[in-house]
Amino acid sequence: MSTLTLASRRHYLNVDFAIRSWLLTTDHKRIAILYALSITFMFVFGGFAASAMRLELLQPDGDLVDPQTYNKLFTTHGVIMVWFFLIPSIPSVLGNFLVPLMIGARDVAFPRLNLLSWYIYVVGALFTIWVLVDGGVDTGWTFYTPFSTSASTTNVVATALGVFIVGFSSILTGLNFIVTIHRMRAPGLTWFRLPLFLWSLYATSVIMLLATPVLAITLLLVAAERVLRVGFFDPALGGDPLLFQNLFWFYSHPAVYIMILPGMGVTSELIAAFARKPVFGYRYVAVASVAIAVLGFLVWGHHMFVSGASAHAALMFSVLSYLVAIPSAIKVFNWTATLFRGAIEFHTPLLYALGFIGLFTIGGLTGLFLASLAVDVDVHGTYFVVAHFHYIMVGGMVMAYMGGLHYWWPKITGRLYDEMWARVAAVTIFLGFNLTFFPQYILGYLGMPRRYHSYPEEFQILNVLSTAGASILAVGYVLPLVYLLASLRWGRVAGPNPWDARGLEWETSSPPARDNFLAQPVVSGPPYDYPER
Amino acid sequence: MTTLNADIAERETAELGMWVFLATEVMLFGGLFTAYTVYRAIYPVGFAEGSRLLDLTLGTVNTVVLIVSSGTMALAVSAARLGQRRLVRVVLVATALLGLVFLAIKALEYQHHLAEGLVPGLAWHYSAARANEVQLFMLAYFAMTGLHAIHLTIAVGLVLFATWFRTRLEILALYWHFVDVIWIFLLPLLYLFGLQA
Repeated sequence: MSTLTLASRRHYLNVDFAIRSWLLTTDHKRIAILYALSITFMFVFGGFAASAMRLELLQPDGDLVDPQTYNKLFTTHGVIMVWFFLIPSIPSVLGNFLVPLMIGARDVAFPRLNLLSWYIYVVGALFTIWVLVDGGVDTGWTFYTPFSTSASTTNVVATALGVFIVGFSSILTGLNFIVTIHRMRAPGLTWFRLPLFLWSLYATSVIMLLATPVLAITLLLVAAERVLRVGFFDPALGGDPLLFQNLFWFYSHPAVYIMILPGMGVTSELIAAFARKPVFGYRYVAVASVAIAVLGFLVWGHHMFVSGASAHAALMFSVLSYLVAIPSAIKVFNWTATLFRGAIEFHTPLLYALGFIGLFTIGGLTGLFLASLAVDVDVHGTYFVVAHFHYIMVGGMVMAYMGGLHYWWPKITGRLYDEMWARVAAVTIFLGFNLTFFPQYILGYLGMPRRYHSYPEEFQILNVLSTAGASILAVGYVLPLVYLLASLRWGRVAGPNPWDARGLEWETSSPPARDNFLAQPVVSGPPYDYPER
Repeated sequence: MTTLNADIAERETAELGMWVFLATEVMLFGGLFTAYTVYRAIYPVGFAEGSRLLDLTLGTVNTVVLIVSSGTMALAVSAARLGQRRLVRVVLVATALLGLVFLAIKALEYQHHLAEGLVPGLAWHYSAARANEVQLFMLAYFAMTGLHAIHLTIAVGLVLFATWFRTRLEILALYWHFVDVIWIFLLPLLYLFGLQA
């Protein structure tokens, strides 16, 4: 009966079934789904590289793969996960789907550019996969010179080109979001009535636009130096390899905020929806996103404390890095305050959001350890750093992505997933994640360096725990693939607003029609206007 | 009336898109300008020596060519507003031709560098006390002018496209002027710098 109503109504999914209608679509919702499929594939690919590394590290001896292969594995894992999963994850999937819906628009400002960005992503991804499978590259995702320019004998140029290509896809996405949010908001939707997800995506887009081109030109210089055998970063000429590090981190530290700000935005939405309260200190949370984006451009030097940065520079970068903690903490405290006396419903998305808050806090606080000069000298280049950024990127961003995917799944597909299995998966992921990465803090503190395929025997117990955790984590990631796909066929029909949540995206049907809204929505009040309690 | 308003709104949206894109472009060149600045600060004498190896006459001629092309581009925008279709086409072709003249002169300069052995990695025969520093300068020179030339090539293609197909000229003009402005920065940094040092 209910299936019948879903099928009988025209919406963006059943408007046309031809392959052509997907490959040539300019519908932001369909492009979001194209992105979702692509990044899921890349996530699995990058995940296999990580699994191989964890298997190798089960034993102290490097007996599974040779050192060179191990180097290629962690490079593959880093390149794929950073540029082909984390950076596009929430912006290109959830952002693409939701930005026009949340502002009451038909589509993004430049729908054809939006489709182009997906094609650029696919070309970059296929090219990079081909390079990584056929020969590989061993520089790490950071491409440090002079190793990458003169010593490495692997496919540096081709990999750099793959990353160069995919950069343009995030530039186009960022451009589209900024112009769309500026120009296409529904009547009455002022800046301080925007959902916090959009504030965080706006801040993210600014970083994408201003940081990505610097990476692009830097990678071109590295590639040119390898081809010409002479270049900017060549110490033989008096060139400075550290200049590369400065340019690289000028992109790559802000890129960390590309990888966490959208997660913070999703968390704000989830907390409000399942505490059934407006976000506490809305304006502060909104402005904190912008503050993080701005400060994020001024802290890159904290990656270079042990690469010969001067004492003055190091001190400045250390202080500036501490400052990022302020807007981050504002968010965490305001989420907590939002939960206080809320009518909390422990649906799956909220489980992920709570996981995000806890894990992001741990990752953020250990980031402060690393921002302090003396501690960083001690733990730099150890598993402490690995654990820290995985708490931010996996504990933070992936958790938020999963939470957002569950929260908006009924909007995207029109159907509800199996709540019990979803809760089991959320808890499994949380436990598996902590078991994988918490031991790595201890390993790093004890001095185990990252990027080695063998280690002294006394580190084995913690490594076995970590690998065991990774197995649990893998199960946790496979579960949603199963029950989410199953929900497409057997899931309960969701209706327009299954969570009784606020926001324009919930005021249209699920799945939305091709043009999103039947009539132009008009906004007359603040976001998250849940009933007073 | 509403269609007119919708058209204006659409143009403003496209303009904002171009401005945002130009911000990205500034950062793309910004990486190179940063590298140039760092090395010039470390090796001021070698960079001045390198700067004097460039052909100031050709550089100046090219600057004039580009500034005139910005003028013809601005003319095209005005003519389009007045609805003078034929004039638009004439000045657009002129703009594209001026762009091609610039590229031809640039190619001539590159050819001279090749003949003089001033191209790092391909033909490098410069041997003086500060040869390495000069080589860093020439790397900066080729990277910056090369990236600029790629942009100008794309811009010429877009202008030629606009002579035959309906295009939003204001947006195209923004891009063309941007490419010009980059050159206005490149001239003193690369060609004029050696004169005073």
